Amino acid sequence: MTDASAASPPFTDREQQREAARIGMWVFLTTEVMFFGALFLVYFYDQHIFHDAFASAGGRTDLGLGAGNTAVLLLSSLTMALAVRAAKQGRDRALFGRLLLTMILGSAFLALKGLEYARHIHEGLLPGASFVYEPAALARPAELFFYLYFVMTGLHAVHMLVGLAWLAVLAVRARGADGRVDLGTPAEVAGLYWHFIDVVWIFLFPMFYLVRGH
Amino acid sequence: MEPLDYLHDGDTVSSWLLTTDHKRIGLLYLFSITFFFFIGGFAALLMRLELLTPAGHLVQAETYNKLFTMHGVTMVFFFLIPSIPSVLGNFILPLMIGADDMAFPRMNLLSWYLFMAGGFFALSAMILGGVDTGWTFYAPYSSVYSNTRVITMAVGIIIAGFSSIFTGLNFIATIHRLRAPGLTWSRLPLFVWSLYATSLIFVLGTPVLTMSLVLIALERLFGIGVFNPALGGDPLLFQHLFWFYSHPAVYIMILPSMGVVSEIIPCFARKRIFGYGFIAGSSLAIALLGFLVWGHHMFVSGQSLYAGLVFSLFSFLVAIPSGVKVFNWIATLHKGRIYLRTPMIYALGFIGLFTIGGLTGLMLAALGLDAHVHDTYFIIAHFHYIMVGGAVMGYLGGIHFWWPKITGRLYSDFWGRVSAVVVFIGFNLTFFPQFLLGYLGMPRRFYHYPPEFQVLNVLSTAGASILGVGYLIPLVYLAWSLKYGRKAGPNPWKATGLEWTTASPPPKENFTQIPLVDSGPYRYEGEEVAFD
Repeated sequence: MTDASAASPPFTDREQQREAARIGMWVFLTTEVMFFGALFLVYFYDQHIFHDAFASAGGRTDLGLGAGNTAVLLLSSLTMALAVRAAKQGRDRALFGRLLLTMILGSAFLALKGLEYARHIHEGLLPGASFVYEPAALARPAELFFYLYFVMTGLHAVHMLVGLAWLAVLAVRARGADGRVDLGTPAEVAGLYWHFIDVVWIFLFPMFYLVRGH
Repeated sequence: MEPLDYLHDGDTVSSWLLTTDHKRIGLLYLFSITFFFFIGGFAALLMRLELLTPAGHLVQAETYNKLFTMHGVTMVFFFLIPSIPSVLGNFILPLMIGADDMAFPRMNLLSWYLFMAGGFFALSAMILGGVDTGWTFYAPYSSVYSNTRVITMAVGIIIAGFSSIFTGLNFIATIHRLRAPGLTWSRLPLFVWSLYATSLIFVLGTPVLTMSLVLIALERLFGIGVFNPALGGDPLLFQHLFWFYSHPAVYIMILPSMGVVSEIIPCFARKRIFGYGFIAGSSLAIALLGFLVWGHHMFVSGQSLYAGLVFSLFSFLVAIPSGVKVFNWIATLHKGRIYLRTPMIYALGFIGLFTIGGLTGLMLAALGLDAHVHDTYFIIAHFHYIMVGGAVMGYLGGIHFWWPKITGRLYSDFWGRVSAVVVFIGFNLTFFPQFLLGYLGMPRRFYHYPPEFQVLNVLSTAGASILGVGYLIPLVYLAWSLKYGRKAGPNPWKATGLEWTTASPPPKENFTQIPLVDSGPYRYEGEEVAFD
């Protein structure tokens, strides 16, 4: 697939193959936008109807952890961008190191997220039979808020896991590379995916952490 | 020496099941969707038998509900949506644009496996007891009250949805990057344009259906959710999400058929297509407008009247690009040298039936009339004129048009014409009475009905039997042609287009050398021709 000299069938030249990979990734990200888009619609619809309850429930998420996590994820996008740059310059060792850094930051994000989940579950904020909320009058819509919180951040976390696996494969390839393999396009395509997950979080963060009562 | 054709290039089981050749994958899809077509048809047969008599003799309400769900789910998600794109699109698209294969051959194979996995779950749901929600899965019935295999079925449809998404993604990348030198966008065959428009719907619409079914499944599993009003949810929200995909899904079915018809008509009228640019543009217009009309399924669901007005307006607007196509096909026929071969009869049938389906669609887009016929057999008749009269006629027309290319053999044109006519007659006899039934007020999805509706129902069941025979005949003569049919040359129809420049069946690499294109499509000159 990535032999530096020739394109693999059905492509006739390397540039055509790179372009196809890029187009494929952008189209895939479009489907992801629609995928998350359905959930965003549900959130904004319910937020509109249960305005006060969502503001109250938004006060129960951990703004400090959320903000910290946002910083971690943004930083990982920076290291990812640097990794893509290294890949395009053919610097496989730099690529490996930067991918490793990105994966460490990504894992840190997931660890912090897990900590948050554990706390919420401990506080009885996991929707379902054990859900407890004060004031009780807002309990039903607040449960919807936390339902959407767990579904949307959970789906985001699943995407993070896929991203980590993807970067791991890329890192192994970078480790084994001896300059003859061009990792520029694979890294660019993985980078697009990683940045996309980051962008999704940029929207999730205000929805679940900054919407809070005063 | 001539290279081996794709059918003989490898004959082990794994050379088929692990193939990345778009032609073999197209055939895998052909067998799979034919299987699902007959499952869905079997459910329809039982329903029509039940409806012979006003009272429930054959099945009772519960079984009947499961039958129409089985029919709808199988036909929509496992036959119509993959039909032309995954079978003919897979096979013909790379040949039409002079490419060796799809842009992502392994992803193409993955699509088929996802389709089969989805089909496995859907079949399991049917075998383990069935689902009674209808193919529309309206909440909160589906998410709370139904005691049937809703989750298994939803999982099947979700997995099959990923197959659609990857197919669409592959088509888009292929059309963008793998066109032969000189094959500019304005020289693309119209079938390619229609597949491109279809792919846009695949990638933009399918994820929304996936997510709405995920939310249904979560609501069922955990009893918390956004659709059940008892929990603070809103059932209309589900309908919005569902139809945001499922209305454009109708255009997934009809656009490729329109593309097929745009190939067949000029070939058998020996005339250049009239209004090439308008036909190509109208495919895109239908795909885009299709995303703005979903609310016309919800006129009486309690959505805002003003939303209804806007959705009604946009629904009327869809008639413009649709009409553009019909008029252009007719203008192409005008003063053409018309050969009534099998594909042409299917294509002409398509034009007539699609026009009836489209015009009755306009009646339904009118707010007042829709309130009268909503949820009656009028709706059933309308969308079967589009989805069977339109989409299936186009699919069969395409199968007959490209059969010599796919198999290298010619079928009996006499029996082909017989089947096309039988299908046309059977179809109209099945569904035209349903327009009348619906207008008289017979509601859909009931296993029994007042006795005064019996005559029309008997006519409809009689028509369905004829239609069933019409669908079985091609199985016989097409299978027969594989062994006994005359060998087809590279271009049995003397058609233009790159797919006819290579051998029938094509070699594994499609072309022995990369084709060069220096002119637009459909260079027919009104000449007299002798077909193979």
